Amino acid sequence: MIGALIARDVRRAIGGAAWLPVGFFLLIATLVPFAVGPDPRLLERIAVGGLWIAALTAALLPIDRLVEPDRASGILDQLFVHGVSEEAIGASKLVAHWLTFGPLLLLAALPGSFILGTAPAALGRALIALAVGTPALAALGVMVAALTAGLPRAGAIAGVLLLPLAVPLLIFGAAAAGDGGSGALLVEGSVALLIVAAAPFVAGAAIRAART
Amino acid sequence: MKPLLRFEGVTCRRGGRLLFEGLDLSLGAGGGLQLSGPNGSGKSSLLRLAAGLLRADAGRIERADVALADEGLALDRELPLGRALDFWARLAGDSGRSEEAMDRLGLARLAHVPVRLLSTGQAKRATLARVAASGAPLWLLDEPLNGLDPDGAARLDALVAGHLAGGGAVLAASHTPLAGSWSRLELGQ
Repeated sequence: MIGALIARDVRRAIGGAAWLPVGFFLLIATLVPFAVGPDPRLLERIAVGGLWIAALTAALLPIDRLVEPDRASGILDQLFVHGVSEEAIGASKLVAHWLTFGPLLLLAALPGSFILGTAPAALGRALIALAVGTPALAALGVMVAALTAGLPRAGAIAGVLLLPLAVPLLIFGAAAAGDGGSGALLVEGSVALLIVAAAPFVAGAAIRAART
Repeated sequence: MKPLLRFEGVTCRRGGRLLFEGLDLSLGAGGGLQLSGPNGSGKSSLLRLAAGLLRADAGRIERADVALADEGLALDRELPLGRALDFWARLAGDSGRSEEAMDRLGLARLAHVPVRLLSTGQAKRATLARVAASGAPLWLLDEPLNGLDPDGAARLDALVAGHLAGGGAVLAASHTPLAGSWSRLELGQ
């Protein structure tokens, strides 16, 4: 049953605009050198930070298509009537969203790193830190999408909700790329696990609350 | 025999307004109940209570497995109708039923048409087909005649009659009288 839900969301994302966050990600990464100038030493210092900011803003893009269309068309109601729990909906949306967001973002992070002039020594660590962060970014997206579904100006509210919640991820994720021995990657991993574990329950409670 | 739906002293408030209070009803196998009443009298809320989508402010509700046809189409717009209905039939446990249900509602030749191209009446038939394919004993229909042409209405009547004869139960909210023998419940008095 959860498999059918995941397959449906993956199909909708691929048929919809799964490439849009990735394009946005590369666009932001391109803007950074334009904004701060072409000095390679300066770019090298801020490259990982730029990569993370691009990833965070790209994570905002798909939020409006994650939960709201299903709420508006009555699919969430029908899933409940068919005996699917809200937590199962949240979990399957999380998996499906990561599948169509995480790998694509990591793929785009390669050209993104070159645009930003990431130091070759830090490239591997930066990509690993980003890889650890993508499930949490997907989880935050699903949570915020469920919390804002049905609200007017949901897109703007989603941004204001998601970005502060992503701050711990940003701090430790960016730090993990800078210094391999600092243990920042472990802290980032634990923050990501916490967010991923909470997401189905937060999204489930939000879907339930939106129904009444 | 255990009823398929039972309300005991159910009270429903929406937005601080009391819709009904201390409502009792019982619907057994083969029972059809038509809800009527002015706009805003709580017909749709009663159906959502029966589906479990709303919580009663007081009282108890027992129900069997339900299928709900309300104003939400709940079909993926980009999919062909046949596949969109199949998603729900498979979730309910039997994908073969959706084909039969489409046949009974005269939708068979639309199976390959994307859902987004359906007309209002065709979409209404599709929501009824989803209910017919669900295999649930208790059907909840919100304004099932809305948008249906005479052929669609006749097919709905036949569908409901068949379901009642097969030991199912139907709770329908409708302004226009439905064919067949229905008990009636008037809300908002």
